[in-house]
Amino acid sequence: MTSIIRFQNVTKRFGALTVLDDFNFDVRPGEKVTLIGPSGSGKSTVLRILMTLEPFQEGHLELAGISYHEPNGRGAFKASEKHLHKIRCNVGMVFQSFNLFPHMTVLRNIVEAPVAVLKMKRAEVESRAIDLLRMVGLLDKKDHYPSQLSGGQQQRVAIARALAMRPRVLLFDEPTSALDPQLVGEVLGVIRALASEHDLTMLLVTHEMRFAREVSDRVCFFDKGRIVEQGDPDRFFGNPEQPRTREFLSSILND
Amino acid sequence: MTWTQYLAPLLKGAQVTVTISLASIAIGAILAFAAGIARISSNRILSGIAFAYVALFRGTPLLVQLFWFYYALPLIGISFDPVTTGIVTLALLTGAFGAEVVRGALVAVPLAQHEAARALNFSRTYTLWHISMPQAIIEMMPPFGNLAVQNLKDTALVSLISIADLTFQAQSLRNITLDSATIYTMTLLGYFIIALFLMFVLRFVEMKLRRGPAFPRSAHS
Repeated sequence: MTSIIRFQNVTKRFGALTVLDDFNFDVRPGEKVTLIGPSGSGKSTVLRILMTLEPFQEGHLELAGISYHEPNGRGAFKASEKHLHKIRCNVGMVFQSFNLFPHMTVLRNIVEAPVAVLKMKRAEVESRAIDLLRMVGLLDKKDHYPSQLSGGQQQRVAIARALAMRPRVLLFDEPTSALDPQLVGEVLGVIRALASEHDLTMLLVTHEMRFAREVSDRVCFFDKGRIVEQGDPDRFFGNPEQPRTREFLSSILND
Repeated sequence: MTWTQYLAPLLKGAQVTVTISLASIAIGAILAFAAGIARISSNRILSGIAFAYVALFRGTPLLVQLFWFYYALPLIGISFDPVTTGIVTLALLTGAFGAEVVRGALVAVPLAQHEAARALNFSRTYTLWHISMPQAIIEMMPPFGNLAVQNLKDTALVSLISIADLTFQAQSLRNITLDSATIYTMTLLGYFIIALFLMFVLRFVEMKLRRGPAFPRSAHS
């Protein structure tokens, strides 16, 4: 089966710092992949590049068969705004700090983009938004504003908001790292439910190792801009091969 | 003459002052948004024009601007009546300072909001008007209030291009009666009352914008 995401020899630099170094990475449609590793290892950068929040300098990247660079593309992204728009139609993102729009109600946060970007009918979008809110268990909060919700509730709304755009690939950038410990569970519960959706491809950057083991088809360990080791979660956590992986896992599991 | 006899001419002048101030604030606000948004545009020509405009009007004295529009511009064939000249000049000045307020508030919208908008595939224009602006406009209100009061006080200078505003009427009365103390005290009070009214209106708008669950913080006092 062809990959839905394909990084080929991608290099990404911030000034003199190389964040991704000749990076290769393939994801199958519907696959749930967890990216782990020390901070600064490049795992969040992979998501941010996929979301077109960051450009990259060298190599080739494709998502759903669309290349990120255009042959005559200009600017940092080597692509027109129109082309980037096309890429983004297939991908959504959930941020560490939720990033809900504070001036919109929960319902409008979800409805706004499908109406304004996909030109869908408001009534149709609203009924789907209500289904999504029911799924994340927040239907009773639909007329609240983000500032009236807890962090965990805000993140669940953010997940519903991303899903309303019907992405084929959904990126989670440390979705529980900004939450109080007692709120982590409710967000992981929603992500766990999504992981059972066959068609949705998920990339998840997280420090929740037990959760990673439970929901993912594959775990990738990042270090210094490359994937050092990857594999099936049971094999990966049960019997890590690389010394660097073992070192990281023991440091994170012991604190 | 007693102070009650000064009231009629001073009120007539105050009317002119209020007209010039409100008209130039309204036009200045439009200029402020246009130039403030142009300043952060990715279009170099647009942002260059806006930068030049803001720099020019912030960097020169209002009195000289007024003289230039009133005495110099007609020499190249463009002339307006004094009131129009006063309104246009004040609007350009208020717009220049206002543009910096608009730009600053827009730039202060967190990057995370722009990234969320990008992830949802909103266009840049949509993001500006529906994501950034509603959050930024509340932050613009206190500095806008300052600019409005500054504008009102600056209108006193238009008396020097022969407009019969509050200051002009005060000068005329004093020249006739030599009753400086009463006349200038009344003039000060007149400006102060108009300023209070302006501050009240802007505070009211700010409170309206800030109220409600989206921005529960109360207005800065």
